[in-house]
Amino acid sequence: MRVMAQIAMVMNLDKCIGCHTCSVTCKQAWTNRSGVEYVWFNNVESRPGQGYPRTYQDQEKWQGGWVRTATGRLKPRAGGRVKKLFSIFANPKMPSMQDYYEPWTYDYEHLLTAPAGDDFPVARPKSLLTGQDTKVTWSANWDDSLGGGNEVLAADPILQKVSDQVRQDYEKAFLFFLPRICEHCLNPSCAASCPSGAIYKRAEDGIVLVDQDRCRGWRMCVTGCPYKKIYFNHRTGKAEKCTFCFPRIEIGQPTICSETCVGRLRYIGLMLYDADKVAKAAAVKNEHDLYDAQRSVFLDPSDPAVAAAAERAGIPADWIDAAKRSPVWDLIMRYEVALPLHPEYRTMPMVWYIPPLSPVVDVLRDTGHDGEDPHNLFGAVDALRIPIDYLAGLFTAGDPEPVRATLNRLAAMRSYQRRINLGEKPDDSIPAAVGMTPEEMNDMYRLLAIAKYERRYVIPAAHAEDAHRLEQLGTECSLEYEGGPGMYQTGPFGEASGTPVPVQVETFHMLRSRQTSDGFTDAGDEPRRVNLLNWDGNGRPEGLFPPRRTDSDQENKS
Amino acid sequence: MNTTDILLWVVYPYLSIAVLIGGTIWRYRYDKFGWTTRSSQLYETTLLRWASPMFHFGVLFVLIGHIGGLLVPKSWTEAVGITEHAYHLMAVFVGTVAGLCTLIGMALLIARRRLTGPVFAATTKNDKAMYVVLAGVIVLGLWATVKANIAGGGYDYRETVSPWLRSLFYFQPDAQLMTAVPNSFKIHVIAAFALFAFWPFTRLVHAFSAPIGYLTRPYIVYRYRDPRPGLRPTRPGWDRPAAPGRRSNGR
Repeated sequence: MRVMAQIAMVMNLDKCIGCHTCSVTCKQAWTNRSGVEYVWFNNVESRPGQGYPRTYQDQEKWQGGWVRTATGRLKPRAGGRVKKLFSIFANPKMPSMQDYYEPWTYDYEHLLTAPAGDDFPVARPKSLLTGQDTKVTWSANWDDSLGGGNEVLAADPILQKVSDQVRQDYEKAFLFFLPRICEHCLNPSCAASCPSGAIYKRAEDGIVLVDQDRCRGWRMCVTGCPYKKIYFNHRTGKAEKCTFCFPRIEIGQPTICSETCVGRLRYIGLMLYDADKVAKAAAVKNEHDLYDAQRSVFLDPSDPAVAAAAERAGIPADWIDAAKRSPVWDLIMRYEVALPLHPEYRTMPMVWYIPPLSPVVDVLRDTGHDGEDPHNLFGAVDALRIPIDYLAGLFTAGDPEPVRATLNRLAAMRSYQRRINLGEKPDDSIPAAVGMTPEEMNDMYRLLAIAKYERRYVIPAAHAEDAHRLEQLGTECSLEYEGGPGMYQTGPFGEASGTPVPVQVETFHMLRSRQTSDGFTDAGDEPRRVNLLNWDGNGRPEGLFPPRRTDSDQENKS
Repeated sequence: MNTTDILLWVVYPYLSIAVLIGGTIWRYRYDKFGWTTRSSQLYETTLLRWASPMFHFGVLFVLIGHIGGLLVPKSWTEAVGITEHAYHLMAVFVGTVAGLCTLIGMALLIARRRLTGPVFAATTKNDKAMYVVLAGVIVLGLWATVKANIAGGGYDYRETVSPWLRSLFYFQPDAQLMTAVPNSFKIHVIAAFALFAFWPFTRLVHAFSAPIGYLTRPYIVYRYRDPRPGLRPTRPGWDRPAAPGRRSNGR
């Protein structure tokens, strides 16, 4: 047994309202730079839908993840080491910009500088790749909330697999949102695909990172990741990916997407696992067994033998303690309501999902049934083939059984708690029907519905003493805000060459100076810009409007 | 042999190699972050899929040919029974095929770079200068070969250029060997050394990080967090306080 710790996440999809707050705060924190305009470390997809980049789940096409060879071993689907090196000069399976979208901005300046005329000036979209006029035809969530209709939906790789009787009538479609970040897999195929060895898994907490100093831009990781969560920065020529906000995690804070999640649907905690078992579990023959195989890799931290082995492996005591309180452990192992995203890619993903019951409840309610009655619900979970098969296509490699069991538990919890909420006598036969005790059901309800911040995010701080980090905040050059002389110098070798600014310092200073500055980060731009962040709504800050024309001006004109 | 010869065939090559080595070390230390292929595949795939492998495989064969022709002494190949005529035929045939692949691939890549909007927008001045020098060396080399073999009866550079180049490596440079070489070859050599000197300061450095180690390393790489307490590298003259209670996990 080789115990390792992994920081993991569970998202409760029933609670996701598709507000994209996580995507926006993530973008502000990590990818608001040139070269990564199209990059969304966190994105929220509408399901059914094509996802981002378009149809990324179609591994026949994109060749991501692992395949099991005839000898029962794993190799990257896009090919082993030799094949990779021979295709290094032009990666044959890399998505192009068109599969993401061409990033754009608007020519706002034209609104201010257009000469007087009969027509209102418009801000034309300009491509951020070429600077030329462009036509906006797609973006990261273009098909949000089933936008685009059947034409777009028909290309959803999961929907295609479910059956040929895909719902063509639009009203019967179901909808839920799927927020996605990097899965920080136990068996990451991106790292396996990297010829330079720049992508690594941190041994302490399992976060998968790209060493920006070692990445040489061979682009194999983009193909290797079946979730397409590695992005190529087209300005620096380096791969970038979700970092699980490691600077925050290291000091015990949740990721920015979790911190700002409006629906409070994310849970972060530690999982202990047996690293020796990973390769074998990822290579089980039947894809339907992968869900159970991955669960068998996890180690129960409350088992004294595991705790002792963890201690021997150098895992600190407060980490083992955190693992015992991990909400992720509870959701995956105790209540068995969380499922992995696409276990069939054999990467052992570590961001799991509680499948949404709402499509089922919605259908029941729309057909005039009581959506809270346990028997209606159980029956509907069985009868509504399309949502179940679709969810199974996402979470269990197509095996409907674990999805059905999970949804039944959620349905039971819903009915059980309704009775309590209405002051009726609790019906203990409901939890019994799904193999739970009333206490367990109550605990699950508390965790899913009303858990507080400290219960949702159980994150032990990293064991590096923080004195120097704090010292550094005060001593780094304060010119390292965006656009300042300290950030993104254009070195002699192109964009952002030279010694990079540590990422934490960079964002810290950038945000601080932006939010607290009275002046303009962009000197020389004053007449047309005003920092509305500092405007309390009172008065009229300088620069909000063009200078008022005085009488003497008028006289001079006439 | 006059001063110009000494300058061209002794001083200039050594200077160029010194810049190549020193520049590469300096670049590696100063600019690891900028050390990348800066691939433009994201912008345009269709043309790149053909042109880039054509160019790169072509240029790799050209490289192998140069190593064989310049660094392996003629006496060695003759000792294993390859006559000058056989060698020449092989070199001209393989060399021309590889050279043409390289040339066509490069022409396509340069055309793509100019004609695809996003790719052109991502092209720096440094890139443009690099393309001029690189294309110059390749075209001059092909021209020298074609000229010598079509206009003349072939030129045996293994009697002159090769020993001269090897003499640079033993630090006994013999500029005399280069005086009688045809001008087309001389110009190619001069251009090549200019390319070597320019190399460390361009995107061409990615050639030095050809990922051979990938063939032998395990698929998944694990790394422990940096032992330094903050994110800033330790500066010279600063003592790091002893970190209390570090984990003693095997490193």
